[in-house]
Amino acid sequence: MFPAQFEYHRPGSIDEALALLGEYGDDAKLLAGGHSLIPSMKLRLLEPKHLIDLGNIASLKGVRVEGDTVAVGALTTHYGVESSPEAKGALPLLCEVAGQIADPQVRNRGTMGGSLVNADPAADWPATAIALDAAFICKSDAGERKVPASEWFQGLFTTALKEGEILCGLRFEKLPERTAAIYLKLQHPASRFAVVGVSAAVTTDSAGKCVQARIGITGVGTHAARAAKTERLLEGRVLDPANIAVAAALADEGFDAGSDMHFSESDRRELCRAYVERALLRVLERTNAGQFQS
Amino acid sequence: MKNKVSITVNGVERSAEVEPRMLLVHFLREQLHLTGTHVGCDTTQCGACTVRMNEQAVKSCTVFAVQADGANITTVEGLAGGEGLHPIQEAFREHHGLQCGFCTPGMMMAASQLLDRYPEPTLEQIKHQLDGNICRCTGYHSIIKAVQSAAEKIKARKQAQGAR
Repeated sequence: MFPAQFEYHRPGSIDEALALLGEYGDDAKLLAGGHSLIPSMKLRLLEPKHLIDLGNIASLKGVRVEGDTVAVGALTTHYGVESSPEAKGALPLLCEVAGQIADPQVRNRGTMGGSLVNADPAADWPATAIALDAAFICKSDAGERKVPASEWFQGLFTTALKEGEILCGLRFEKLPERTAAIYLKLQHPASRFAVVGVSAAVTTDSAGKCVQARIGITGVGTHAARAAKTERLLEGRVLDPANIAVAAALADEGFDAGSDMHFSESDRRELCRAYVERALLRVLERTNAGQFQS
Repeated sequence: MKNKVSITVNGVERSAEVEPRMLLVHFLREQLHLTGTHVGCDTTQCGACTVRMNEQAVKSCTVFAVQADGANITTVEGLAGGEGLHPIQEAFREHHGLQCGFCTPGMMMAASQLLDRYPEPTLEQIKHQLDGNICRCTGYHSIIKAVQSAAEKIKARKQAQGAR
């Protein structure tokens, strides 16, 4: 279908965008990559009267390393992250995630910020944002605020972003030494969304004991969340297949998994546990091969 | 209510007044009569609408024409650049990389980005970089062969040009 009519605005700065957002309020939607918004508009699930296109605001794009922090502008495309030498050097997990999102054409347009604000329960970035406890930098007329990932994802397509606010950037802390990580995804073959997506970063000492485990999972509940019980069972124990199996068996606890046209709740939970186990076994492989994030 | 846009398409600047809701694919097909770019689905999945926008392969059904104001677009009509067939087109013909041909313009535009980014692509890279394009006829085998052949043709042309 054709989208319903709307007025199109192309601000050149964040302040201009905020002013437009203030003027049009509920009648406006912010446009980033448009690869969730425009399909919704074509199906007339959404009919915003005003679109505020953030795509021309250069200060919202780019990957910068500032000390121990990797700062990603909200309007950085998935390909922009995938191909970023800065990201590859400081936090290669980000490149690994980016390269698995959707397809090349979508990666050229879709943005990290757009994905994290849309908060699709099967989107890829949320799993890593929550595993690494990224900081969400939001700007409004009232100023700037930083929201931790643990508070960002609140429900189905629901985030902590307030009315009149624009998500401007994400900040990821570099991972400790001897951290191996992976993003392992079971892709739906047609949509390429994550049936289950596991972002796992595990730090071990030279004796192979797990010092820190961070596991974020998407696709299983109404929003991405940490596999907290699995993390606790891993920490303090040697990272080996036996301990991984025990820890992964609890991976789906606390997730509000449901049944849908693709999978029953119990199948979904089983896939969650299986993919957490597989992800951790791959992390163990990378640990043994010395393939660390820094 | 209409917005003025000025978009360079296949090297020629084209200006028009369009409704903001006009998709780039419809602008190309209906305003500019460049019907090589196809509309194959309603869900941003099939890739038959793929064009190069500022060098990047994008699904033109999921971009508004107003977003493309000031951009450089290459459609399948502009692939060859006016000198016979592009190596990608030659390869698709020689290796039977199409049956009905509906997906083919999108496949070739996606392949053109693929080969720009990965001039000597592995099989895995070809498959991964064509993820955004669906074909219902061929089973993809001949498409992959066409892309592999195109890579070799482009390499040979570059070497020949270097030698001159």
